[in-house]
Amino acid sequence: MSAIVLKDVEKYFGENYIIRKLNLEIRDREFVVLLGPSGCGKTTTLRAIAGLEDIDSGQILIDGKPVHDLQAADRDIAFVFQLFALYPHLTVYENIAFPLRATRESVSVIDERVRDAAKALRIESLLNKRPSALSGGDMQRVAIGRALVRRPKAMLMDEPIGALDAKLREEMRAELKHIHLQNEATTVYVTHDQVEAMSMADRIAIMNEGVLQQVGTPTDVYQHPANLFVAQFIGSPIMNVVEGAVRPGDGHTEVVLGENDASLRFPAELFHKVVEQRHAENELSIGVRPEGVLVARQPTDGYIPVEAHIIEPLGPYDIVDLRVGKQLLRARTASGYVEKAGDAVWARLDEKQTHFFSTRTGESMGIRL
Amino acid sequence: MAQVHLERITKKFRRHTALSELTLDIQDSEFFVLLGPTGAGKTTTLRLIAGLDSPDTGSISIGGKDVGNWSAAERDVALVFQYYSLYPHYTVRENLEFPLKSKHRRFTSEEIAARIAKAAKTLRIEHLLERKTDRLSGGEMQRVSIGRAIVREPRVFLMDEPLSNLDAKLRELLRAELKDLQMKLGATFLYVTHDQVEAMSMGDKIGVLNQGRIVQVGTPNQIYNQPHDTFVATFVGSPAMNLLSAAAAAGRLVVVPGKLEIPLEGDAAVRWPSTTDRVTVGVRSEDVLLGQGGLEGQVYAVENHGVEKVVTLKVDDHALKATVPARMVVEVNSTVSFTFNQRKLQFFDAKTGVNLFSAREEAIHG
Repeated sequence: MSAIVLKDVEKYFGENYIIRKLNLEIRDREFVVLLGPSGCGKTTTLRAIAGLEDIDSGQILIDGKPVHDLQAADRDIAFVFQLFALYPHLTVYENIAFPLRATRESVSVIDERVRDAAKALRIESLLNKRPSALSGGDMQRVAIGRALVRRPKAMLMDEPIGALDAKLREEMRAELKHIHLQNEATTVYVTHDQVEAMSMADRIAIMNEGVLQQVGTPTDVYQHPANLFVAQFIGSPIMNVVEGAVRPGDGHTEVVLGENDASLRFPAELFHKVVEQRHAENELSIGVRPEGVLVARQPTDGYIPVEAHIIEPLGPYDIVDLRVGKQLLRARTASGYVEKAGDAVWARLDEKQTHFFSTRTGESMGIRL
Repeated sequence: MAQVHLERITKKFRRHTALSELTLDIQDSEFFVLLGPTGAGKTTTLRLIAGLDSPDTGSISIGGKDVGNWSAAERDVALVFQYYSLYPHYTVRENLEFPLKSKHRRFTSEEIAARIAKAAKTLRIEHLLERKTDRLSGGEMQRVSIGRAIVREPRVFLMDEPLSNLDAKLRELLRAELKDLQMKLGATFLYVTHDQVEAMSMGDKIGVLNQGRIVQVGTPNQIYNQPHDTFVATFVGSPAMNLLSAAAAAGRLVVVPGKLEIPLEGDAAVRWPSTTDRVTVGVRSEDVLLGQGGLEGQVYAVENHGVEKVVTLKVDDHALKATVPARMVVEVNSTVSFTFNQRKLQFFDAKTGVNLFSAREEAIHG
C-alpha cells in the first residue's frame, strides 16, 4: 500500500508532447482514474508509473522514493491489461499462483493467497479449469487475481474491462469497486469511458492532449467542471453549451442565449459576478446538463415557450430536444412527459445547475448561484 | 418510400441456422430498429433484404411486391455500413456522384448537382464537398456515406451499425441527427444495432432478435415496460433489470425466506396462475426504492453516475441494483431499508423465462 506522486512529469516525441507538466498525487489506498480520449497521454502516464516507459523530465515517487532507477520488476507494482494475458496451458489456480512461484513463496503461503484471492473474486469454483473454458468476465477476474496475490504496493489497470460486453462491464464495475474497498490497494485505473470513471473512482484525473485538465471527486468534476472540455467529456447526454451574454435587468440578470434566441431571468448577483471578473459580458458560454433544463407543459412564470423536437425515450426517463430559436437544448424529463415532436412546451434553466465559461479560454468562471 | 415485409424467412449457413422462421413488418416511413447481440442474425437479415444473399425459404416483399427474383440494384434499397466504404482519393462530391453515375441510372449533370446540393445541405457537409475523403474526421466520413445513400433517394435505407465505430460523444450527436434526418426525409429506415440505447432513442419500433428468432416487436416503451421474456428484460435497459428467483406460496413470492419476500398485490394477485410455483421476478433499478419499506439489504457498492447513483445491494447472496438521486447519501457496507414499486414488477416463468402476463401473440403483434 502506498502513495504515488508525479512531479512535473514530461514526455515528448520529437517536438510533440505526450505528457506535459503533469503533477498528480495519488494517496495511499486511493482509487484514481485517469480519464480522457484516445491519445490524451493517460496510458503513457500509467506505463511511466509502472516503469514500462521512460520519462523525459520530472519525477515519479512511490512511497516518497524516486523510482527513476528502478526496473519495472523492482517497483512492486501489479499491472492488469485490457487483454487478459493468461497462460493457456495452466489452470486458473496455477495462473494465479504464478507470480508467487516466481518469487519462491512457500507452498502453504501460495495456497492461502490463491484461495483468498479466488474467494474475493468469486472464482473459487473455477480454480481447476483452464482459461479456454472461461468467459471473458471470468478471465479478467483471474487476471486481477494474479495481480492481487502479489499484494503489490499499487495496482495499475489499463482499460481492464474495455473488451467485455456492456452487461458484463456493468457487473464488473461494481465488482472492481468492491474488491478495491476490501483489499485497499492503491489503484490507478485508465479508461476513456466516463461512466466507468464516475462509477469507480475516489478521484478522477481528466487529461486531454497530454495536459491534466482537472482532478476531483466524481461529484466535483460533474457538478463543477473546470473547463468546457471536462464539462462535455463527463456526463451523458453531453452538457448543453450555448454561446450567450448577460445583461443587467430590473432586479434580475438577463441571460441571453445565442443571438437573442431567448432571454432568461437569473438572479441579479450573476451580472455583478461576471463584471467583477472583468470579463466581457457577451463572450460567455452557458452550460447546462439536460437535468438542469426544466420543462413545463403549461405556461409558467419564468419559463419561455419552446418547441419540442426529437424525443428519445430511454426507459426510466426521456431526453427531449427543445428548439429555442436557432439553439437546441436537450432536457431530461420523466418518461412520456412530452408527448410528441412538435409540441409546444415551456422551459427554463435551473440557475444552480447552470455553468458559465469564458468563450475565449473555455475556462469556467467559477460562478455558483 | 415503401414498406418491407418478411414472411417466414429461414437462412442456414452449412449447419448453422442464422435465421429461423423470421416474420417482420416494417411500415412505410417507419424507423425500425433490429436489436440483438452479436450473432443474432441482424446483418444476415439486412443482406437478405438488400438482395446480397437469398433466403433458403420464405419471401421478402418491398412496397407490396415480392422481390425474390430481383437483383440488388433493382430493389432500390441503400445500405450504410459500420465501416464507411468511401473512395479515399476522391473528393466528397465525387463520392456522392458515384452512385448516380451507374449505368442503371440516367441522370443529367444538372439533376446530379441538384441531388448532391440537397443531400449536402441536409447533412450539413456543404463545406466539405471539395475535400478529399481521407482528410475527414470519423463523424464527417459517416455523414458522407449516409449522403451517398441519400442522393439515390432509395425506397428503403438499410443501416448496419453505422455509429458503432465512433466515439461516445459523436455517437450521441449522430443519433439525434439520424432520427432527425429520417423524419425530414419521411423515409423507411431499417437500422441494425447491438446497442440498446440507440434502439430505444431512435426506433419508432424495435424488433429484438436473439439466435435467429424474433423475440418481441414493440415501441421502445412496450419493450422496456413489458418485456416478453428475461432475455429482452436484461438486454434492454441499463443497469440491466434485476432478476430474482422466487417460490410462490400463499400470495407471496419468497426469494429469501424471512428476508426477501414480496406480497402479491393487485392485478398480479388476481391473475396469478395457480399452477406456477417457481418464478423469476424482474424489477428495474429505478423501481427498487431505497430508504423506505420493510426489506433490508447490505450496500455492496455505490456507483456515481452524476445525475444519479447506482447502488448494489446484497440480501444474502442475491444482488440487486437500485438507482437513487445523486444527493442521497449511501454508505458502503451499511444496512439500508428498501421496497419495490409493486406496480412495475414483472414475473417470468422460471423455466422458459417468458413473461407470465404477456402472451406471445400480444407481444409480437402488439
